[in-house]
Order: sequence, then C-alpha cells, then structure tokens
Amino acid sequence: MLLTDTVSSDVKDVGNNSIKCHTPPLMGYLDQPPLTLHRTSYMHMNFCNEHNVPECVLSLGLPPVWTQSGSSSDVNVVSLLNCVYELLQLHRRGLQTVENMEMEQLKSSNSVDSLQLTITRLKEQLELAKRENTGLLERERQLQLKVKSLQNSLKSEKEEIHKLQNIVSSRASQYNHEMKRKERELNKLKERLNQLLVDKKEKRLAIDVSNKLGRADGKRSLWKTEKTVAKHEGEMYKTLLRDYESRQKELLLENAELRKVLKQMKKEMVAILSSRKPNVNGDKQDNGVDSDEEEEGIDSCKESVELFSVHAREKLTNGVRRQLKKLKTHVERLDSRVHLGGTIFCEDTENVPQDTSKEMGKLRLEARQCKDYIQKQQHLLQQKLSAQCEEETSAMLADCHMFQEKDCLRDEWKTLEGQRKSFERERRNFTEAAIRLSEERKTFEEERATWLKHQFLNSSPFADSKKPQSHCAFQTRDEGQYCFLISAVAEKEPSRASLPERAVTSPTPGCAPSVSSSTSDLLHTLSIICENRYMFLPVLW
Amino acid sequence: MNFSEVFKQSNHLCKISPDGKYLATCVQYRLVVRDVSTLQILNLYTCLDQISHMEWSSDSQFILCAMYKRALVQVWSLEQPDWHCKIDEGSIGLVASRWSPDGRHILNTTEFHLRITVWSLCTKAVSYIKNPKACHKGIDFSRDGCYMALAERRDCKDYVCVFVCDDWHLLRHFETETQDLAGLEWSPNGCVLAVWDSCLEYKVLLYSLDGRLLSTYSAYEWSLGVKCVAWSPSSQFLAIGSYDEKVRILNHITWKKIAQFEHPATVTSTKVVVYKEVEKRSAAGSEEHTLHNITMGSSLLSRRSKYEIHPAPVQMPVVRPDPDRANPKIGVSTLAFSSDSRYLATKNDNMASVIWVWDMQKMSLEAVLEQTSAVRCFQWDPKRSRLAMCTGNTKVYLWTPTGCVSVEVPSDGGFQVQLLTWHCHGDPLILLGKEQLCLCYTNTGTEDK
Repeated sequence: MLLTDTVSSDVKDVGNNSIKCHTPPLMGYLDQPPLTLHRTSYMHMNFCNEHNVPECVLSLGLPPVWTQSGSSSDVNVVSLLNCVYELLQLHRRGLQTVENMEMEQLKSSNSVDSLQLTITRLKEQLELAKRENTGLLERERQLQLKVKSLQNSLKSEKEEIHKLQNIVSSRASQYNHEMKRKERELNKLKERLNQLLVDKKEKRLAIDVSNKLGRADGKRSLWKTEKTVAKHEGEMYKTLLRDYESRQKELLLENAELRKVLKQMKKEMVAILSSRKPNVNGDKQDNGVDSDEEEEGIDSCKESVELFSVHAREKLTNGVRRQLKKLKTHVERLDSRVHLGGTIFCEDTENVPQDTSKEMGKLRLEARQCKDYIQKQQHLLQQKLSAQCEEETSAMLADCHMFQEKDCLRDEWKTLEGQRKSFERERRNFTEAAIRLSEERKTFEEERATWLKHQFLNSSPFADSKKPQSHCAFQTRDEGQYCFLISAVAEKEPSRASLPERAVTSPTPGCAPSVSSSTSDLLHTLSIICENRYMFLPVLW
Repeated sequence: MNFSEVFKQSNHLCKISPDGKYLATCVQYRLVVRDVSTLQILNLYTCLDQISHMEWSSDSQFILCAMYKRALVQVWSLEQPDWHCKIDEGSIGLVASRWSPDGRHILNTTEFHLRITVWSLCTKAVSYIKNPKACHKGIDFSRDGCYMALAERRDCKDYVCVFVCDDWHLLRHFETETQDLAGLEWSPNGCVLAVWDSCLEYKVLLYSLDGRLLSTYSAYEWSLGVKCVAWSPSSQFLAIGSYDEKVRILNHITWKKIAQFEHPATVTSTKVVVYKEVEKRSAAGSEEHTLHNITMGSSLLSRRSKYEIHPAPVQMPVVRPDPDRANPKIGVSTLAFSSDSRYLATKNDNMASVIWVWDMQKMSLEAVLEQTSAVRCFQWDPKRSRLAMCTGNTKVYLWTPTGCVSVEVPSDGGFQVQLLTWHCHGDPLILLGKEQLCLCYTNTGTEDK
C-alpha cells in the first residue's frame, strides 16, 4: 500500500509539479483528503526537488518524461499522459482489488457468522446429546440393579424349590416306609388267618386264678346303672372344676400382686415428678400431679368395692402410662439440659447432673472395690488350692491357725507330764516309805507286844495307874488285837499319822493289801496331796 | 459313691416296686424279688417261658410277667408265694400287657392290635375294647389312676376313648382332628389330654377331660413334625420336640408357644457351661487334680475320663443323616423334665452325644454336656435336680447345677451301662448292662465336683 501511497503521493508531487508546471485539470481526479495533501506537500519537499527530477521519475519506474533536449525542462506530454494513464489504471485496479477484497471480507464475515451459528447449534446439540447419554446411563444402572435383584429372587426361589423338593422326597420316603410296614402287617395277618383257618384246634383263652382277689380299695364293685354313669360324669366335672378353681386362685393372686406393683410404681413416679421444682412446664406437671392425687383418692376407695372393675383397671393402667410419659419427657429434658450445659438452669436441675455424677462415681468406686475384693478372694482360693496339691506344705498349713493354741497346749501338757512324773516319783517314794514304815511298825509292834507281854507277865497284880483304862478294856482280847491297844495308846497322842495305823493292822491276815490302801490313806492324811494340784494322781491301787 | 455287687438280669427287666421296698429282676424265665436295702433274695418265682415284660402292680403286692411268644401272662403275689394266676390269650396272640392303675385288672393287647382284653383278677370277668390303634403311645393312664385314654382307629379316622378305670365305663368318645394319631398323654394334673399327629404333619391337639378341644398347635407345615412330647410335672408346660431340631414350649393358660429352644451346631452364649468329656489313658502319678476330676479306682487299662469346661463358642459334632431314608436320625428325640420342673434335658439326634440342659425359670440354655459317644439313656432324680446318663461304656455320669461327675462302675469284666433308672426315693441308681445289673448308691454328702 505504501507503494500506492507513494505512487499517489508522487502523483501528487507530479500533480503539484504539474501545478507548478501548469496542469490544473488533473486535480479533479484526485480527491485526497487535505491531510494527505499536506503530507504529499511534505513528501514533495523530501522526495523530489528541482535537482533530482529525472532520478525521481526513474525511481518511480516511469519512463523518462523529459526529452533531453536542451536545458529546459520541457515535459514530454505524451509520456506524461501515458504515465498518468498508467497511474490511473493502477489506481483503478487497486480500487477494484479493494472492492474485491471488501467483497471477500463481507463474504468471509458472513461465513464466519454462519459458522458461529452452526457452532452454537452444534454445542446445543452436544449438550442435548450429553444429557441424553447420562439419562441412558442412569437407566442402564437401574436396569442392572433390577437384574441383580431379580437374580437374587431367582436364587431364593430356586433354594425354596430345592427345600420343597427335599421335603417332598422325605415325605415320600416316609410314606413308602409306612406303606411297606402296613403291607408287611397285612401279609402277617393273612398268614395268621390262613393258619387259623387251617388249624382246627383253637386254644381257648382262659384265666386260671388260684383264688379271686379283693379289690384294692376294699369296696364292693357296683352295677353299671345310670346312677353310676351320672356319678362318673359328676366326678369328672368335679376334677375339672377343681383344677380351674385352683388355676383361677393362682391367677387372682398374681393379678393382685401385679396390681400392687403397678400402684407402687405409679406412686413412686408421682413422688419423683412432684419433688422437682416447677420448671418452665411446671404448670402442666402440677396439673398432672393434682389429677393423679385425685385419682389416688378415688382408687383407694374403689379398691374395696370392685377388684374386677374394668374401669378401675383401665384407670390404673392409663394413670401409670401417663406418669411414665411425664417421667420420660422429664428425663429427656434433663438429658438435653445436661448436653447444653447452659447457665439457665435452676438449682435443682443443676444439682441433678452433679448428684448423678457423684452417685455414679460412688457406684464406680464401689464396683471397683468389689472387684478387687473378688480378685483377692480368687487369688487366695487359687493359692489355697495350689497349696493343697503340695503334700508337704499341706500338712504343715493344715492347722496353721491353731499353732498358738497348740503351743500352749503342748507346754501345759509338758508341765502336766512333769508334774505327773514327779507325783509318780513321790508316790513311789511314799509307797516305799510306807512299806518300810509299815514293816518297821510291824516289827515295832511285835517288839512292843512281846515287851508288853513280858511286862504284863512280869507285872504285879496291881495295875499301873499310868496305864489308861482303855487298856483294861482291851485286855481280854487276843494278841491280834493288841493293835487296838496300840491304837488306844495312839489315841492318847492324837496325831494324824497314827490314825491310819488302825486301818493298817486291823485285819492281820490281810496285811499286804491293806498296806496298799494304807499308802493312799497315809498320803491323804499326811496331807501331802494337795487336791488342786494332784488331781491326776489316780487312786489305782 | 458306692456300688453294689453285680447281679444277673435279662431283657433289661429290672424294676423297683412303687413303694420302693423291693427290686424285681428277670433272669431268663425266673423272677427274682430282692429287698432293696439288703439285696437279699426274698422270693423266687419260675415262669413257663422266657419273660418278655414284667411290671409291678400299683400296690406293690403283685408282679405281672408276660411271655409274648406263648401268649401267656402270669401274676405272682409277694404276700402269698403260693398264689398263682395264669392268663392264656390263646391263638389270638399277645403283643403288650399292663396293669390297670388299681392293680386288679390286666390289659392285654392282642396281636395285630385286634382288641384289648381287660381281665379282672377280682371277678375273673373279661371285657373287650375294640379297634385300638397301633401307634407309638396308644394308651395312657392319668396319674391319679382314675381315667384311661385310648386311641382308636375306625374307618380311617382317629378317635379317643376315655374310660373310667373304676368299672371300665366309657366316659367320652370323640373324634380327633389328626391325620394319623401317633400318641396321647395326660397332663400330670389329669385335666388335659395332649394328642399329637404322626411325623408327617406337625399337629398337637389339647383336649379337656370332658372331651372339648381346648387348642390346636401347629408350628409349621410340610416338613417332618413332632418327634416327642413331654409334660412338665407341674402341668404348666408342654414341651414338643420336633424334627427341625427345636423344642417348643407351650404354656397351660393360653396354650400358645412361650419359648423355643434351638440346638445349633455352635454354642455361642457365654452364660452356658459346656462340659466336655475328655478321655485319657491313666498313667501312674500323672493325674491332674482339677476341680472336675473324679475317678474311681479301676484297672489301669481302662480309660479314665473327666469333664472339662470349654469357654464359648464351642462346636458340637454333628452327624448328617441320610435324607432319603425314613425315620431319619435328626431332631429332638428325647425330652425329660426334672421333678421340680426347673430343668429340661433334651437330646438332638443329630448330635447324639450331646445333652442340653435348659433352665425353665429363665427359659434359656443352662449347660451342655458333650460325651465321647452317643448317649443311650438319661433320667432325672425323682427327688433332686440331678441328671444321670449313660453312653454304653463303663461309666455313669451325673450332672447337678453345681457340677458334673463321671464315675467308673467297678466290675471285673467291664460293665457296659446301657440303661439306668432311679429309685423312686432318689437313691440308689440302678444301672443295667447287657446281662447285668448293679446298684449305685450316691451319698449326697460326699458328692464332689
């Protein structure tokens, strides 16, 4: 375009030049805006000037318009016109091409518009198609689900069929079995029938009792009459009635118990609900409580009237249901409040969760303690059992809790043994001593007796006054009774030691055994035996 | 525990008299009566043939000996051994014989259940009851001995006849809604009669004494149904054991199910005590003294066993029966209530070596006892809550709520305990082997766990 611009500008230049060179009619063909004119005039100044006109002409590609004839710059009008004509042609062609191009541009813009339209249309179509596709997918999925469920139901149906077939087959086998059994029995019957028909000698059935028995209850049997029939019927109905009565009694008792329990439940629920301070919904509760109290009064007086009144029963059950509902709502409210944990609580409800938590804590502690206790007990039990298996320790541990007492007992026993031994020793000593004593006594007595004899025999008829009278009393007796003399003498000096002597020497032949008895008496009288100490000394002699 | 010496018996016929004073045993064709406390032989009777069935009369004065092959019944008196009585059924045959509750009548069931002949020992009179039903339990006497219920089958329909045992007067005769009546049983208080259908249909009917239908119970349809039924001694519960391995308890007020006891292969509850019998060969000096070890003196070659407690969950050995065969070994076949109705012992045929003990107050499982072999017989002590059981080996097992004991029966040749019964006063326990009999005295003072 620059070329055309320059061409047009050059044309201007030439035009200007021609203006300068006096060709004004060319101006009409050139309707350039004044700006370009201005430009061309500017260009004119740069592109061509007086000195390089031929060069400019040449550079424009035009044949030289001058004929080099002389120094005058006479312009070849023909070639100039030719140039102008060529320029105009050029210009026309350019315009033509511009028109063509404008036309083409219009066309292309039209086609672009139409293409845009088709694009939007196709996009819409695409959208539609996509939506349809998703719809179809959805349907396919649903159909697949349906297929699966149908398959499942088919499977279950098949299973059921299978089960039914099994049942049918088991029933069939059972029927077959029964049939066979019946057939076998029938065959046996037929055989037996044949046998009976053939066998003429039929054995008659008979009973052979050595003597008739009496009835078990001792009563006489009665004839079958209508009275007995009636009696039997009566007995049967009595049995049935008795059974029904007992059952009814049981049910009555049960009912009474249940009613009591229900009443108690109701009372307790009322108590729980009325103990709460009136809350937001306090009015309703109060009303309910009041109505229930009224009911309580009614119920108590109705109780005595009719226990089976359906009305009373319904009232009771309805009352209980109502209370339970209230209690439930109350508990739900408490729960929600506990969850919220807000500050709107009144003291009661605030304390409630705390109380419950405290109680829970207490209960948990108790449970833990119990568990520990149980574990300890189990542990001990296990120990004990394991200990039982060990024979060595078992015997040891058998009376472990009696050791102290056993020790005491052992010590006591030891002391007692020691005492017993000492007693034995002493007893032996005593017996020996007693034996010796008795022997000495014996000899002494004998000597005395002989001495006395001598004395007596040697003595004068005048008795010694010193001799006690008791002596004379005993003088007539035998020698064997000198012991009494001795004893009488001994009496003079009442010493306990001498007392048993009487017993000792009284039966002279039986001296030996008497010695033994004497020992105990001796010991006794010697009062060596302290009763409370020497209880173990058996008088075994 | 002390054991008496071993005596001979045949056919497992060994019964204690109802008053508890005498013990009668059958050895081939002889009947031996002993005194229970001294085991001295008091009487010896000889029958004409091998004894098939033996029964005491209710007043403990007479013993009935039935010889089915020869269709003879002989009755012996304890007071007068010379007294004799012989009942000959003749060519009509004999399949069952029993006393009536008054001890003066004998009911003989002829072959093919053609009729029941009622013989009176007082009057020598005879009565006949026609069309008795040949089923598992077709006759039952009420506990007070006043009434007899009999199942009858006529024209392909089931009937129940209620007789007054006093004079055999037919009190009531009514049709039952069963397809094929399998059994009937009076409640212990004598007011309700439970009637159940065969295993092809689950149906239990309850009739009042006067013949009114009180209630019908059917747990499910089509599968095999009722296998066994038992009343609790207090008449409060009716336990029904069925082929689906469950026990259903009905209550006597509404006759509706109040509990259902299941017998799963795995016991998961932690409140249940599971006792497992563990056998070990005795080696000298290696005995463990655990809480549950009690062994009686026995030969070194025998296996000693003790009970171990296993914590839950425990797996039970299950035997799947052949489904194509009839009367499959599946389902609860035996039920027994303890005498105070506190416990119920059950046995599921799938797990034949396991006994389940249920607490009826809590309606839950109390204990599970797993033995080394299939349990053959178990019975509750008539006075205390004690369960005795045997598995066919040489031991007898006792369960109490406090523990479990396994005791070896001392004998020279090895005494295989096949059956056991308690004395009516609770002690001793009579153990029956194949051909032998032994008494076991359990002193409650020295019982250990």
